[in-house]
Amino acid sequence: MQSLSRALPPRRDPAPSRWAYKMQRLWLTPAFRVFMRFGLPVLVVALVVGIVLASQARRDALWGMMTSAKDQVTERPMFMVNLVSIDGASPELADAVRAKLALRLPQSALELDLNAIRVSAENLDAVARAVVRLGTGNVLQITITERQPAWVWRTDAGLILLDDTGHRIAGLADRADRADLPLIAGQGADKAIPEAMALLQTASPFESRIRGLVRVGTRRWDLVLDRNQSILLPAENPVTALNGLIALNAAENILARDLTSVDLRNPQRPVLRLAPAALDALRAAHGIKVPTESKS
Amino acid sequence: MTDLYQSQRAMRNLRKAALQRGMIAILDVGTSKIACLILRFDGLDEAGDVDGVGSMAGQSNFRVIGAATTRSRGVRFGEISAMNETERAIRTAVQAAQKMANVRVDHVIACFSGGEPRSYGLAGEIELHDALVHENDVSRVLAACDAPDIGEGREVIHAQPVNFALDHRTGLADPRNQSGNRLACDMHLLTVDAAVVQNLLYCIKRCDLDLAGIASSAYASGISSLVEDERELGAACIDMGGGSTGLSIFMKKHMIFSDSVRLGGDHVTSDIAQCLHVPFAVAERIKTKHGGVHATGMDDREMIEIGGDSGDWEKDRRQVSRTELIGIIRPRVEEILEQAAERLEAAGFSHLPSQQIVLTGGASQIPGLDGLASRILGQRVRMGRPLRVQGLPQAATGPSFASTVGLCLFAAHPQDEWWDFDIPAERYPARSIKRALKWFKDNW
Repeated sequence: MQSLSRALPPRRDPAPSRWAYKMQRLWLTPAFRVFMRFGLPVLVVALVVGIVLASQARRDALWGMMTSAKDQVTERPMFMVNLVSIDGASPELADAVRAKLALRLPQSALELDLNAIRVSAENLDAVARAVVRLGTGNVLQITITERQPAWVWRTDAGLILLDDTGHRIAGLADRADRADLPLIAGQGADKAIPEAMALLQTASPFESRIRGLVRVGTRRWDLVLDRNQSILLPAENPVTALNGLIALNAAENILARDLTSVDLRNPQRPVLRLAPAALDALRAAHGIKVPTESKS
Repeated sequence: MTDLYQSQRAMRNLRKAALQRGMIAILDVGTSKIACLILRFDGLDEAGDVDGVGSMAGQSNFRVIGAATTRSRGVRFGEISAMNETERAIRTAVQAAQKMANVRVDHVIACFSGGEPRSYGLAGEIELHDALVHENDVSRVLAACDAPDIGEGREVIHAQPVNFALDHRTGLADPRNQSGNRLACDMHLLTVDAAVVQNLLYCIKRCDLDLAGIASSAYASGISSLVEDERELGAACIDMGGGSTGLSIFMKKHMIFSDSVRLGGDHVTSDIAQCLHVPFAVAERIKTKHGGVHATGMDDREMIEIGGDSGDWEKDRRQVSRTELIGIIRPRVEEILEQAAERLEAAGFSHLPSQQIVLTGGASQIPGLDGLASRILGQRVRMGRPLRVQGLPQAATGPSFASTVGLCLFAAHPQDEWWDFDIPAERYPARSIKRALKWFKDNW
């Protein structure tokens, strides 16, 4: 008789199945573990993202969702900029800055690139420096420091106003509009403004006679006086040469005489050019006869 | 023999690779249990060749990080009889050990006790070319050993040079770079049944493991349970396992003889099962709980419930006294010891200077065995336990793990074997490129 009280269940085989054994060994392989822990999740995520983004419609929907969420934040009223106030500029310049910036208002303060606005404003010739900031009440405040015209530069294209660093400010229709400013001319004159300034200060004894300065060969200056007199200055040390001439003028008063030019280019040997009538008179005084027919 | 030489060399290379990776598994395929240890090597010990006892007897450079034991299945007399079952048992042990160590092992060193090991003593002698022993002279003298007829279907598992003699000086451990004219060597050859090795190899291969070495378990238990001086002066180790009892005689730190008796603890259990008409598992429990070999008056009064599951009250309530149980156990244990003594006698153990005998293995745990053994084997018998190994769990330190621990030591400090030396040039076929290369290598 079989005992019923202890009907033991069949004993379970403690041995792992072949597959369980192989899987355990595989799982204990370091490379496999690393792959399962890092490689596989990355792969799965990449796969899912790839599948989701494969269709254009889903991509667009996702993009729309993102932009609308972004807009909801940025377009809240407390971030909106409605006004631009431009200080420190003449009305024409303020208009010019407004036109240059071309801001679409109202615009969110979060989307404004203040630095770009500043750079853009400073790109205008007439603007020396611009300070851009968001003021209270979301007003975009642009404080502009204008360039002060200091020179008038006569070029082939017309008259140009320059500031004291030689930077262009604006064109000028008529010289008479800014008769108070000294005139310069010649190619490259704007590059040598400091020198011109020094010359002009040096030439202050006959300030009333000065017509302007001419840059010759982008290298040296000619000081042009009235009565078509010109003083040819050397490229090196023009101020010294001019000082010499001023001393000479104070002693001999030569500039009052009938000269067309004073050539100071060689500091050792200033050369004077007389006007034709004066030359004839000088020759006559010295008793030199010039055959008039051969001269013509 | 060259085929075996190649396969053993391949195993040695695998073992080197495993040591480089620092991870190797030890598998003791026994009749009653299968034990798997996983060793982690902390780097090859450079000073491993130093004679004498180093720190922790020179085995501090590895650590047991995984250990598992499972009941053996499909193994009889230390030989695989049902391969599927054995494969499952090996898988169980390996998986549990891997789980404990949390690493994967690919290389395994195995030992087994079956296969009817037979020992041969070989001698070889050569004249030296110049009066100095070179590396290749050692391989030449090993190759010069006259190969015995080991029989059909047998294979060599150990071929260890145990002694070198140079002219009239003998007992040299390492003759290299010594001067002399004639070099002689003694080699100990251990052969086992080839089919047993093949079965084990195939079984391990089916578990996705590579066999990186194979050893006789008698040798392994000798390494672990004999202490240094016993191994030096000469001693015999008797490893009483479940299905077979292995004998190994050590002398001058080398194994010089090994044999096995195909009787073990399982036979005691089956005796009990037959005499008392109980299942095998019950008999095993009674044996381990109440077993002994010396009956005293006290044992007459100690009654053991045998129990049963037949439903018959008379049968299920049987009792035996411990004296009766001892009466069943003792003759079988005596038989095992007598057979072992017979084998030792046949090997000439009585001529050895030291007559020390160490009993180890699971079946040696019967209480009172030392008294019985000293009556049969001689006065100098002691019970052996394996050496302590770093990281070994407490449960695996008993004498039943002698061969497992010995295998760890074998893996850490392998004995030079014949196949560790290169084949001398003369053994290559004539007109071979290899032979020419070898000649150049040896002579330049």
